[in-house]
Amino acid sequence: MIANLDPVTLARAQFAFTISYHFIFPSFSIGLASYLMVLEGLWLKTGNGVYANLYRYWLKIFAVVFGMGVVSGVVMSYQFGTNWSAFSTKAGPIVGPLMAYEVLTAFFLEAGFLGVMLFGISRVGKGLHFFATCMVALGTLISATWIISVNSWMQTPAGYAINVKGQFVPAGSWLPIIFTASFPYRLVHTVIASYLTTAMAVGAVGAWHLLKDPANRGARKMFSMAMWMAAIVAPIQILAGDQHGLNTLEHQPAKVLAMEGDYEPSPDGAPLILFGLPSNDEGRVRYEVAVPHIGSLILKHDPHAPLPGLKDYPRDIWPPAPIIFWSFRIMVALGFAMLGLGLWSLLARVRGKLYDWRWLKRAAILMGPSGFVAVIAGWVTTEVGRQPFTIYGLLRTAQSHSPIGAPAVAVSLLAFVIVYFTAFGAGIFYLLRLMSKPPLAGEPEPQPIPQRAAGITPAASVAAHLPGEA
Amino acid sequence: MAHVDLTIVWASIVGFAVFAYVVMDGFDLGIGILFPIFSVGEERDQAMNSIAPVWDGNETWLVLGGGGLFAAFPLAYAIILPATYPLMIAMLLGLVFRGVAFEFRWRDPRHRPFWDIAFSLGSVTAAFAQGVTLGAILQGIEVRGDAYAGGWLDWLSPFSLLTGVAVVFGYALLGATWLIWKTELRCQQRARHLALPVGVATLIALAAVSAATPFLQYDYWHRWFALPGVLLTAQVPLLVAICAGTFFWSLRRGAERLPFFMALALFLLGFVGLGISMFPYVVPRAVTIWDAAAPPQSQSFMLVGSVIIIPIILAYTGWAYWVFRGKAGTEGYH
Repeated sequence: MIANLDPVTLARAQFAFTISYHFIFPSFSIGLASYLMVLEGLWLKTGNGVYANLYRYWLKIFAVVFGMGVVSGVVMSYQFGTNWSAFSTKAGPIVGPLMAYEVLTAFFLEAGFLGVMLFGISRVGKGLHFFATCMVALGTLISATWIISVNSWMQTPAGYAINVKGQFVPAGSWLPIIFTASFPYRLVHTVIASYLTTAMAVGAVGAWHLLKDPANRGARKMFSMAMWMAAIVAPIQILAGDQHGLNTLEHQPAKVLAMEGDYEPSPDGAPLILFGLPSNDEGRVRYEVAVPHIGSLILKHDPHAPLPGLKDYPRDIWPPAPIIFWSFRIMVALGFAMLGLGLWSLLARVRGKLYDWRWLKRAAILMGPSGFVAVIAGWVTTEVGRQPFTIYGLLRTAQSHSPIGAPAVAVSLLAFVIVYFTAFGAGIFYLLRLMSKPPLAGEPEPQPIPQRAAGITPAASVAAHLPGEA
Repeated sequence: MAHVDLTIVWASIVGFAVFAYVVMDGFDLGIGILFPIFSVGEERDQAMNSIAPVWDGNETWLVLGGGGLFAAFPLAYAIILPATYPLMIAMLLGLVFRGVAFEFRWRDPRHRPFWDIAFSLGSVTAAFAQGVTLGAILQGIEVRGDAYAGGWLDWLSPFSLLTGVAVVFGYALLGATWLIWKTELRCQQRARHLALPVGVATLIALAAVSAATPFLQYDYWHRWFALPGVLLTAQVPLLVAICAGTFFWSLRRGAERLPFFMALALFLLGFVGLGISMFPYVVPRAVTIWDAAAPPQSQSFMLVGSVIIIPIILAYTGWAYWVFRGKAGTEGYH
């Protein structure tokens, strides 16, 4: 490995590290923002105090997650220039404006209304507060939409022309650039993944407190809601993933073949390889355990449909199969485990034992981090699967990086690792500490002091009329 | 009006975003720089509270400045960032520590001393890195074939270190004057005592940078001192002298707001001076704004959104500052 540490590999490692760490936070905050919206909506509709308590409980956690998402996100907006300057020069005219729109439309919206959310419902009134919650949820979704649009353009580029400087520029309308072939599939798959990630985390927290206190109303409610999500959304996600896979097979066949470990063409239908160690050097999967025809059944919905093999494509466009073969399997296995948990909970619910089966709760706790692992595994699959290109089929990764020597990149990578583990490690510790406290009946509102990681609070003008604060 | 140079428009927008960032995050970072001098407890809490509601919005301008540069001048973004690579990384890591410390110092009182140090070190690092970056750009960047062609320590020079120190002092001045305005009692007193030496240091650093800049390249000399331009450029140091005088006078008189606005004016004049030195280059003597510009389709696409959204953001930001117009207490605003 050490011998392979050229600047490009190091720059890729740095991007992978910073974006994976970053991705943990938005994948949680996208789901949590929507969850908070649902909780507050249900509270306003039913008047049931348990929703208000859960809202306040998760709002504290959301604020910390959101703050870390902001801080780690600032780093991402500069990584393109520091480590991938050749890419930035060439693709800037296309991806730059999309990212600028993300800042303009999403970041300021979130930063603004988060302040109102944190300021507390008793100070700003129900209507304005619920509106703010909805705006923050909308902001997270707008943000996801723009950045997925950027990523999808890099995966399935369209609507571009190449100018005399060798830059990718818009050929005409922006619509084909924003709405590329893989964009709708990727967006749906990613947003649902955030929802499932959140459901798993919420379910685990609920289960944890139920084990200790089966009568805790808040814990029961959050556990029940999370299990509904697992039962309903996990199958939808598997379906969405299937459709995304078919779309990828159409536009990036080499990626899918590497995910499947299909080196040889399969004229009579491809097998499904359950286990094996793919090797791009040998062009085969070692220790292969395979079920015949199932691969084609999944990818073509026909067991005998022919599939090409990686060997039908030039060797120099093969993605690193060993990585994505396994990251893909981890993601899929976790997806089915979520489905299993959902079905199990349905069974328990039907029997009226949802809050009683201890092993169900233990399983839910075990599955708590599964969403984060699955999201990162999925991200690795699609991003490493795009290799050896940054812009698929058009710009190679080896021609995208900055003219920075290996020592500089290595030192900065090390610095990122140390700082991230310290700063965000502490943050994750604080999050776990917040989650370890049970949701109480009289969950307090956030304290009226403005110390926090994110959000400005214009709603104070309302509070100015309250006695003692003017 | 039929022909508007989009590149000039975008240079103004990015320049505005950078300036907005510098002054707004400048006082945040400045408070971080001065933080160790404030005593633990009430003084620090007041200082922190005076920026807690606004710093996140302030920092978003950094993303907008960087994002705007990337989108409207991709070539400049792709040259400047690799050329100042270690500085950018240091700045980002500093901002990470600074950013999480806001939340963590309050959430975890037992480790508050640690997060206070993180807040302070992060602020100093980010400010110094930004200042050195400015010097590195001014002294020139080696460019060949539309890419950075130098080594990874080319930015390091006595001049860039000088600009780094100047920005640290400048931000500290913004921070101190902000605290004079926004806090009271001991915290305000402390800030008042600090503002004088920090102000003197800022002016000395500003003078040193201004004196050194024209000698970096003949071109800068020419821009500043050739007739008839000198009649215009001479106004800049003149105005600096007036603002500096007003600043010391207002400080002596015990004014609460004027020192901050005079510090802002000094920054604005510094920014105008930079404009005189650099325009129309974005990487001096190598890349002009027109060389670096994204094609008109990209610039016009973003302009539509910016024209609608930036005023909303400004209005919103202004409102937030208005809401928090009072003095910051230890328990929040009152």
